[in-house]
Amino acid sequence: MFAREDDVLDAAERWRREGRGVALATVLETWGSAPRPVGSRLVIDDAGNFLGSVSGGCVEGAVVTEALDVIASGVPKRIDFGVADAAAWTVGLSCGGRISVYVEPVA
Amino acid sequence: MRLDLLAALNAERAARRACVVVTDLASGAQRLVRAAELDAERAQDPLAPAMRSALAEGRSTLVADGSFLAVDVPPPRLLLIGAVHISQALAPMARIAGFDTTILDPRTAFATPQRFPDVPVIAEWPDIALPSYGLDPFTAVAALTHDPKVDDPALEAAVAAGCFYIGALGSRRTHAARLERLAARGFSAEALADIHAPIGLAIGAASPPEIAVAVLAEIIAALRRPALARLKGAAA
Repeated sequence: MFAREDDVLDAAERWRREGRGVALATVLETWGSAPRPVGSRLVIDDAGNFLGSVSGGCVEGAVVTEALDVIASGVPKRIDFGVADAAAWTVGLSCGGRISVYVEPVA
Repeated sequence: MRLDLLAALNAERAARRACVVVTDLASGAQRLVRAAELDAERAQDPLAPAMRSALAEGRSTLVADGSFLAVDVPPPRLLLIGAVHISQALAPMARIAGFDTTILDPRTAFATPQRFPDVPVIAEWPDIALPSYGLDPFTAVAALTHDPKVDDPALEAAVAAGCFYIGALGSRRTHAARLERLAARGFSAEALADIHAPIGLAIGAASPPEIAVAVLAEIIAALRRPALARLKGAAA
């Protein structure tokens, strides 16, 4: 069934305690038909494993890539995906929504 | 997010306590604010009103000063009093809709895992089982046994705990008698007005599964309508 948000945060803590590099992505804003509500979370480790969802699958791949940068740099960043953005089509956000995602390291 | 803050957040979640993580998006600075810390006396925090309304709606949100409020409210639970036919339909539906569902019925012939393969079943009296179950404002209670010995103590506990939804099976006449019994036990008319009875939205439900749909819809309305009303109010 659905991964609960608490599974995501528990995994973030557990993975970090295991010594993995970990980043947490959170949906800050949505417009239009974005499939996941504000506050939805995705946790990513330094091997590219992830749990949770920020878009129901549309932009997870791109967020994971950004998360690997954030884990390496230790600096949080905000990323916007939208239909007006050519990047949105490339990452698969063809559902017509726009979302803004905050990606931060768990340190 | 710092690991110590994440651990504190997870501890609040495990205890089913609502809280907010405030992130200053410009600096990345973060803090954890527990719902219990937001009472009127501690209103000095300029973000307190925004945090209160975000918590009430269970919605994370950006605020004007460039902060993000990540709200964590406990996942909703549903406690069904009575391992009856309606519960056999309602338990799996409620689970699919996202409610952590539990059945309570002291009658061991009814409360069996065979009849309810998907959800925890407690074969115990409410007075004995409810203290450890821990009713709270993020829990819905539906009393379905038709037996005051079982339903009444559960309803009393649900009213006292401020459960977000309380429903009781029975006709208007049955409910009027129930209200008299509960009033005699010291509950105010105002507190008892929170009990939905006859239970379920009025959709003409006849069979137990249909009644289950009506009850689940009423529970969802109780969970979501406060936020909906506020959104409509803001738009008007």
